[in-house]
Amino acid sequence: MKFGVIVFPGSNCDRDMMHALRDDLQQDVVMLWHKDHDLSMFGQDDCIVLPGGFSYGDYLRCGALARFSPMMEQVIEFANNGGKVFGVCNGFQILCEAGLLPGVLLQNENQQFVCKNVFVKSANTNNIIGRNVGDKVLKIPVAHGEGRYYADAETLEQLNKNQQVVFRYCDERGEVHINSNPNGAINNIAGICNAGRNVFGMMPHPERASSSVLSNIDGQHILQAFTYMN
Amino acid sequence: MKYTAHINVMPLKELLDPQGKAVNNSLHNLGLSQVHDVRIGKHITLHLEATNKEEAERLAQEACKKLLANQVMESFDFTLAEG
Amino acid sequence: MQATLEQAKKLGLREEEFEKIKQVLGRTPNFVETAMYSVMWSEHCSYKNSIKWLKTLPRDGERLLVKAGEENAGLVDIGDGLGCVFKIESHNHPSAIEPFQGAATGVGGIHRDIFTMGAFPIASLNSLRFGKMDNPKTKHLLKGVVKGIGHYGNCFGVPTVAGEVYFESCYQTNPLVNAMSVGVVKVGVGETVSATSYGPGNPVFIVGASTGKDGIGGASFASADINENSAEQLPAVQVGDPFEEKKLLEACLETIKTGAIIGMQDMGAAGITCSTSEMSAKGEHGMIIHLDKVPTRQNNMKPWEMLLSESQERMLIVVEKGREADIRKIFDKWDIHCVQIGEVTKDTNLKYYMNGELVADVPAESLVLGGGAPVYEREYSEPKYFEEINKFNPADIKIPADLKDVAYQLIQLPNIASKRWVYEQYDSMVGIGNTHTNGPSDAAIVRVHGSEKALAVTTDCNSRYVFADPYKGAMIAVGEAARNIVCSGGTPVAITNCLNFGNPYNPEVYYQFVHAIKGMSAACTKFNTPVTGGNVSFYNQSEDGPVYPTPTIGMVGVLESIEQKMTLDFKHAGDFIYVIGQNRNDINCSEYLHQLCGVTHSPAPHFDLEEEAKVQETVLRLIGEKLIRSAHDISEGGLFACLLESAMVNDLGFSIHTDKDIRKDAYLFGEAQSRVVVSVNPTLHTMFEAELKGAHFTMIGKVNANKEICIDDEGWGYVSDWKEAYDTSLERAFLK
Repeated sequence: MKFGVIVFPGSNCDRDMMHALRDDLQQDVVMLWHKDHDLSMFGQDDCIVLPGGFSYGDYLRCGALARFSPMMEQVIEFANNGGKVFGVCNGFQILCEAGLLPGVLLQNENQQFVCKNVFVKSANTNNIIGRNVGDKVLKIPVAHGEGRYYADAETLEQLNKNQQVVFRYCDERGEVHINSNPNGAINNIAGICNAGRNVFGMMPHPERASSSVLSNIDGQHILQAFTYMN
Repeated sequence: MKYTAHINVMPLKELLDPQGKAVNNSLHNLGLSQVHDVRIGKHITLHLEATNKEEAERLAQEACKKLLANQVMESFDFTLAEG
Repeated sequence: MQATLEQAKKLGLREEEFEKIKQVLGRTPNFVETAMYSVMWSEHCSYKNSIKWLKTLPRDGERLLVKAGEENAGLVDIGDGLGCVFKIESHNHPSAIEPFQGAATGVGGIHRDIFTMGAFPIASLNSLRFGKMDNPKTKHLLKGVVKGIGHYGNCFGVPTVAGEVYFESCYQTNPLVNAMSVGVVKVGVGETVSATSYGPGNPVFIVGASTGKDGIGGASFASADINENSAEQLPAVQVGDPFEEKKLLEACLETIKTGAIIGMQDMGAAGITCSTSEMSAKGEHGMIIHLDKVPTRQNNMKPWEMLLSESQERMLIVVEKGREADIRKIFDKWDIHCVQIGEVTKDTNLKYYMNGELVADVPAESLVLGGGAPVYEREYSEPKYFEEINKFNPADIKIPADLKDVAYQLIQLPNIASKRWVYEQYDSMVGIGNTHTNGPSDAAIVRVHGSEKALAVTTDCNSRYVFADPYKGAMIAVGEAARNIVCSGGTPVAITNCLNFGNPYNPEVYYQFVHAIKGMSAACTKFNTPVTGGNVSFYNQSEDGPVYPTPTIGMVGVLESIEQKMTLDFKHAGDFIYVIGQNRNDINCSEYLHQLCGVTHSPAPHFDLEEEAKVQETVLRLIGEKLIRSAHDISEGGLFACLLESAMVNDLGFSIHTDKDIRKDAYLFGEAQSRVVVSVNPTLHTMFEAELKGAHFTMIGKVNANKEICIDDEGWGYVSDWKEAYDTSLERAFLK
């Protein structure tokens, strides 16, 4: 099993993701350049990661320009064939722009960038992350200006019905309420997956919570999930 | 009288527009090579009440100068329509 | 066409300077040349009114691989074949005009200084000064500056790990925005690169953004008093593009690894003029530059406009001849302009051509600091306001009856209250190196990937102390920076400084400058922290007068292992609380005295260099011996604010007793220096006290399990309530 981390121009969490996967979780990691077209070395057990950052400076709309990077055609095909794809923060935004995940990430409710530790909990165990995390409350940092998840009522209903909500923002005790929501996301949604449960996106950064040096290894529960078979 | 102002706020021509530049390059990468000089600004609409068009224009000007445009970096223009 | 004296004066040159240019050239300069000299000989580029005194600062040390002034930033050996490159710089005047872009480009500029030497920036800091919080203008500036710093730093992908924000009316029209960047580089050939140029025939490239008319004359602009017309002095504003800079960073570091780079320098103030002349002067060669080859954003730019443009995100690179293709390939990969605009010559003149026509021809050496740029000695005299300071008598201040209420007000003052509203807008965690988030300490501790080591970084300056006593105040700034690093487990190694002062032609301002330099020298010598570089910003004043003299210190320390890190939070109920150092009967210059008692003029608080060094040596030893569980230095807000900060992190209470020989307000809120609060495991307290070896210390109380604050057996309420007030004060001030 190996991870492929895509580097877009303006990605700035690509190295962090590599360090977390390679140094903290002892996984094989291949860095991929956005202008390349070849994902043939990746199979069903592998995982393609779209890291956080500011691809294309977040210009126009977050993720809108990266979505047209040459590599994204391959990612879409890889995902459609059932390969695991994981987008964090800007990676989540790109996956939404690319149509691999439903919904959109809007500007935070208070119109300010926010960087701090938040708490999330898994919404169900009907996906690889949920199964690995269980009912643990995880402390994971967020860092974004556009992280307010939004989807129309119909889409939301689908998400809930299919158990596609992966994480909700909660407080330290695991309670989900308006004060535990850092950006105004609808229904406190912090992360979702597609109907096929092989494409995942979340705003919080698990790679920033995977090292004992940083005194927080909660993120390992999330990253680890991708090393297991579906 | 009621008026509607349609206001465009654009980055000054002399200044770099990083967003426009990045979008310009991306359009080229998508094969739209005939496109050039992309600049990205804001479009703002607002309703206002004034006794006549001159006053409406003055109000809109004031709104632009005082708040809507940062004249150190942005220019603005607007059109007024009745109603 | 020859330039006239009138034109030269309009460009900011003095008559004798214009004469000097004629002497250098042996003829009257043309307009283009005059414009070039005007920016290169401006205060901003030439340091003409400060360099004499800057040279008196300690600039040597066994760890210094590159000394102050030799390169874009200092380079310090941190062991294991690694070096640390760091520098602080001001962007005060641009931020006064356009806070968002001013602050953003300040951040961009300082990072370029770091990666132009081959280092990867791993931490960003800033030091900000604004007017009073209740002034609407302050809110506008603060919002814009914070947003600008966040916009650039967050996108560029370097964590903002520490900083300071102060509010004082002297900064009302002239805020200070000082940004610092810290990078790490492997030391050796093909890793670091110099800002030099040599080897006749070697090609000269401009890389990065196109050149536009933005920021023309910015260097001259930074050297002028701010007046009402400033807002109309377009196009002094530059627009930053952090996305371009991020690509430029990656491409430049890849390029350096090819080994094909002779020299590299970023384009900041005075753009092409500054980079071509400084690199050529350093390498003792010249250049031929074809301006028509420079990629421009606008049509029909004139030669002087191109030479002076301060468009951001550009670099000048001299490449080994024959290796051009290797370099082009990398910049193509990153979709960045990379255009050859000239070549190195043996002749040491700079010759600029436009469509084949020679438009300027000047000796490189004559333009630059350390070469032909003028050096002035300014007069100084003791400031009149010292009389008022000396009149202060603490006995005139009655000790308030309700000290709890005073404390409650104090911790909500904007200078003391949490800066959460500010720092949550900065990405402080990208790079997964900042250990502060889950383990706060006095200085931010950032790990160095691929090594056991960590860096301790901090910026410090209490400018009210410097105003009260420039010599002592500057010593305190250095002392506090070192204390912050020591309290975090680090060993201080070097500083960078950002010297923000008023108009140097004002003898009282110059007095402040000279004495601050002297104080800084004394302290840096004591702590063995040489000055690696920095920046001087004069003319920080408005109609109301100069700002407080503000010599911001950026200090870097080293932890051989991240395991040595010490945090500031109380850990266990029952732990003993000690003050290391001497508590004093001193309310001078404190936030308490200034803000709550309304005393604007009082002497600087107690500070003694020997005493400070002893305290630091003791604390570092205690950390090494693992005899303390937390360390936090006493600074603004005094002992009480310090205890509260240590208590809030883990919601633990504390109970302490004051000293009847010290006035109670001084005991709780006084800012006498050289004191550190530590908490100690009770079972270790005998060993701890033995290890103090004669250093001053007082046991003042214990950490509580009941989450309450108790002063002299009087209950002051729950820590969590104090925390709520402390955390939300700035946010509430915005809503007012």
